[in-house]
Amino acid sequence: MTAADTSPPTQRSWRQLRPLLPYLRRYRGRVLLGLMFLFLTNLTSITGPLVIREAINSIEHGVPSPEKLLLYAGLLLAIALATGFFRFWQRWILICVSRDVEYDLRNDLFRQLAKQSARFYTRWRIGDLMTRLTSDVQNVRMVLGPGVMYTAGSMLLFPLILILMFYLNWRLTLVVLLPVPLVSLSMRVLGKLIHDFTERIQAKFSAMTARVQENLAGVRLLRAFVQEEAEERAFDVLNRDYVEENRRLIRFQGLLWPALGLLLGVTFLLVFWLGGRDVLAGRLDVGSFYAFSHFLGMLIWPMIALGWVVNIFERGAASMGRLNLLLTAAPEIVDRAPADAPADIRGEIEFRNLNFFYNGVPVLTGITLQVPAGSTLAVVGPTGSGKSTLTSLVGRLYDAPDGAVLVDGRPVSAHCLETLRGAIGYVPQETFLFSDTLRENIALGAPGASEEAVREAADIAGLTDDVEGFPRGFETLVGERGITLSGGQKQRAALARAVLRNPRILILDDALSSVDTQTEERILRRLTAVMRARTTILISHRVSTVRHADQIVVLKEGRLVERGRHDELLARGGYYHELYQKQLLEEELERA
Amino acid sequence: MSAADFHEEEALGKVYDARLVRRLLRYTRPYWRAILVSVVLTILYAAMEIVTPLFFRVAIDRYMSRTGEAASFGWLTQRLPADPWTGLNWLAGLFLAVMIASFALEYSRARLTLMTGQHVMYDLRREVFGHLQRLPINYYDRNPVGRLVTRATTDIDQLNEAFSAGIVAVFGDLLMLVGIIAVMLYLNWKLALLSFSAIPLIFLVTMLFRRLVRDAYRRTRTAIARINAFLNEHLSGMAVVQLFNREADAAARFDRINDQNRDAWRAAILAHAWFYPAIENIAMLAIALVLWRGGLYVLAGAESTGTVITFFMYTQRFFRPIQDLSEKYNILQAAMAASERVFKLLDTPITITSPARPQPLPANAGRVEFQNVWFAYNGEEWVLKDISFALEPGEMAAIVGHTGAGKTTLTNLLLRFYDVQKGHILLDGVDIRALDLVELRRQFGIVLQDPFLFSGTIASNVRLGTGGVSEEEIGAALENVNLGAFVRGLPDGLGHEVRERGATLSVGQKQLLSFARALAHEPRLLILDEATSSVDTHTEIQIREALERLVTGRTSVVIAHRLSTVQRANQILVMHKGQLRERGTHQQLLAQRGLYYKLYQLQYRDQEVGAVADDD
Repeated sequence: MTAADTSPPTQRSWRQLRPLLPYLRRYRGRVLLGLMFLFLTNLTSITGPLVIREAINSIEHGVPSPEKLLLYAGLLLAIALATGFFRFWQRWILICVSRDVEYDLRNDLFRQLAKQSARFYTRWRIGDLMTRLTSDVQNVRMVLGPGVMYTAGSMLLFPLILILMFYLNWRLTLVVLLPVPLVSLSMRVLGKLIHDFTERIQAKFSAMTARVQENLAGVRLLRAFVQEEAEERAFDVLNRDYVEENRRLIRFQGLLWPALGLLLGVTFLLVFWLGGRDVLAGRLDVGSFYAFSHFLGMLIWPMIALGWVVNIFERGAASMGRLNLLLTAAPEIVDRAPADAPADIRGEIEFRNLNFFYNGVPVLTGITLQVPAGSTLAVVGPTGSGKSTLTSLVGRLYDAPDGAVLVDGRPVSAHCLETLRGAIGYVPQETFLFSDTLRENIALGAPGASEEAVREAADIAGLTDDVEGFPRGFETLVGERGITLSGGQKQRAALARAVLRNPRILILDDALSSVDTQTEERILRRLTAVMRARTTILISHRVSTVRHADQIVVLKEGRLVERGRHDELLARGGYYHELYQKQLLEEELERA
Repeated sequence: MSAADFHEEEALGKVYDARLVRRLLRYTRPYWRAILVSVVLTILYAAMEIVTPLFFRVAIDRYMSRTGEAASFGWLTQRLPADPWTGLNWLAGLFLAVMIASFALEYSRARLTLMTGQHVMYDLRREVFGHLQRLPINYYDRNPVGRLVTRATTDIDQLNEAFSAGIVAVFGDLLMLVGIIAVMLYLNWKLALLSFSAIPLIFLVTMLFRRLVRDAYRRTRTAIARINAFLNEHLSGMAVVQLFNREADAAARFDRINDQNRDAWRAAILAHAWFYPAIENIAMLAIALVLWRGGLYVLAGAESTGTVITFFMYTQRFFRPIQDLSEKYNILQAAMAASERVFKLLDTPITITSPARPQPLPANAGRVEFQNVWFAYNGEEWVLKDISFALEPGEMAAIVGHTGAGKTTLTNLLLRFYDVQKGHILLDGVDIRALDLVELRRQFGIVLQDPFLFSGTIASNVRLGTGGVSEEEIGAALENVNLGAFVRGLPDGLGHEVRERGATLSVGQKQLLSFARALAHEPRLLILDEATSSVDTHTEIQIREALERLVTGRTSVVIAHRLSTVQRANQILVMHKGQLRERGTHQQLLAQRGLYYKLYQLQYRDQEVGAVADDD
């Protein structure tokens, strides 16, 4: 399953939005309060034109005293203040709820992702997951915020204004109603068209970007073959295509607002003309004549919003569909420990006729191996021979067949997952440090570790001198916003991190490859002293690293082909012997 | 996008930088006619918009209101029909004409400016891409490809946004504002000044709002960048999180960052929540003032109802452009930052160029000579130290040595990807810096270690963009590198689709295809960096044969990883830590028992049995 075919086949169904209901229910009280304010906003806002109407009519009849005029003016201001007050609370409450749900939803998504296995992360691209947690969550937020607010607002304002208009002049009201469906519909249709066009433009843009990407990545080759002008010609075609697609959109998009303007303008014109005739015939007073055009102005935005909101809901439903896939994806590796699972781990490891497949391809075949508690196992072998996979099965990064991997005589799945992983100190092949302080990185697996313990772990990992060289010592920020550590420094920090956990089982997966041989030997010497009586698994390409191990095995294409101690394996003259010879030569060359 | 990138890309500066704007305007010069027309259209459109409320005034005051005597209609007075019904119809007809005209004007204006924007961006994008084709290779060493791609694509689109939605619209908004103010002053300057008294308030509120919103948005951008950075890191490193039992802790950290994002948005929501009511209130204040004073004027017989109503309409209208202007601000700011980045790229000098008067190349030769060549990528960190050797026409040299010995650098210098700091590289006795750059590179065929394939077809990958390479020649080249049968077996033959980086082809096929590419270009000299990846025995033999055909009759420099290659070479150059340490044939160097002897044992001896090495 790739990310591409995880998207639901049809994204039209608004039912996708149903999982949002429990989220909204959490804020039921505030939603109701916000809707109440929304009701009040719309109720007060429509009284403004009525006051103006009264004022105009009384001016027309020449009756008002200056005091009465002042009263009208004061009334207008009071209405505006009240409307403003309600509108403020309406927006503040409703939009904040949408941000709260966004926050809850994103937290839940991350918690869900934190439960997913390593296999999940090989199937999904990180970029895709990130898009879901940002853009898709954002689209859903739009539904809950502006989507809900404007829908409710429009649904309320329309009947309120229509009732008033009917009361003023029912015939003119029918005229004003005329463009409503047209505006909403054209907003909806054009909005969708524009969205589709935009996607096509996006595709052309991607094609152009991909071309530039390829061109720049292959710049050396293209220069060598003197392809500059040919490349420019090829780019020109895509550049033109992109512009052409844009021009197609412009023909539509350029039409959208002018057309809406024309539609509304004609309605204004009808109010002007037919309303004017009614005034002349004495069926309508001048104040109402003005009020009609004012009400029409107030209806413009809700009309547009109705069409616009449908698109928001559609996009939100599609996004929610994508999020539902994540929310409902069952974690592959779960804690299935029985009640009598031991609370402590001694550190004895056993592989019992282990066969492991990855996407149908055998990675490990027939591995049987015992590692007594407190002993050291070294694993060597060519790249891709299954060394890393073997060690990752101990900490259940992947699940091996039941009963094939045992710790302390129990299948790994019969241990409490937290206890099992808590007993392992793992230093992965690709060092992964977080952009945080050095101290936080080292104390990752042992929160609340004392200053002294952190220092000691760093010392064992041979990191002390480096830390002293940093201006801020252990408080140095690592990574993007801080100091860039060298490969060797990173590996030693990862080692310190594992050591600080004081684990029963220590796994070093080619963990000191960026550290020079002498330093590595020094670190390993200290480590063995500290790690005495703990089980250690070492993966390495260096004979010097593994030579003192209690047990050395050679893996080749997923099979265990050699096994023994250093001297025994040298005497056998196989892969291990060859590796040893090469290493000697390498050292000689280095000195040349 | 990492947080660091994000900060660099989002660093916003001024809204208006005269130097940048002047330079941008230079790109609009070819389209001055279209721009002139759209300016005229904008003026006319603004006029139409301004005129609409006046219909209400004329209709009310002339035909409906008893207060109408107070109003004057200027030149219209004589022309308006006396009969109210005819007059209203007459006005409605005019109204319709204005509506249709403003629709036509707005549509043509929008279309014209947007289209012109596309033209300008097309030109600019073309220039950026062209410049990228000529920048020296060391520019690519310093700048990640992703960032350069952004310059030619996203940044230019951002400029387009400013051009189409920003500059022209800002002009239109300003014009509308000035027009409305003028008409109001003309109708009743006292009433006009009274309603303008709200303008300073609007400006004040808008400026405060803009500052708050800008701060809030800056915070939201930072928060989103943090969320992205956190997700990128923790999703990539989820295995570490899980092995160290830190799931709950990571979730708690994410919660905090997520909460910061919510907080930042709260500030933005708050600003929006009070801004719109505030603007509404200020507008209403102006209307109330007009109602009060205007009403008094009407009662005194000094003003008409129609004018007061028109003032209501204008007052509501002139707040809109002010709000729009503040929205355009952000677009302009982003565009300025983008144009600064684009121009910085265009200002990067092209340092490796052909000489003004290049020397002609002697025909049919191909002698390569390095004379005391020193080279460093940075300052005095010499990567090549005092390299001297000569290669006679048709000879083949194999370069061997450890990673980092300077092998690739040597070949890069031959193609003038970089210029040497000391010494000379001569082609047929002429310093390559005295030759025409295109002419020089045309002499060479190149095969990179990583056989770089482009998305396209088999044929397009062999031919690249070189005109004059016929289908027959492509076919012959494929035949010569033992790919003929494979390609003929494909349903589309030469037209078979090749995906990005040749994803659907095997490692061996990719190598052979890149051989065919070099062969089809019929170079006089060949630079070949042998791939290290292991292939099966059958493919290995095919590659060996193809390589033999490739080097025959050509001066060749091969970075060798195959035993057969070093054995065939006329001379082997042993590079070690930037120096040329040993030179000679395979047998001579083996007999020396020096560096080469050790290298041979390490890298080549295994291949002697003919089997393919199985280790890494």
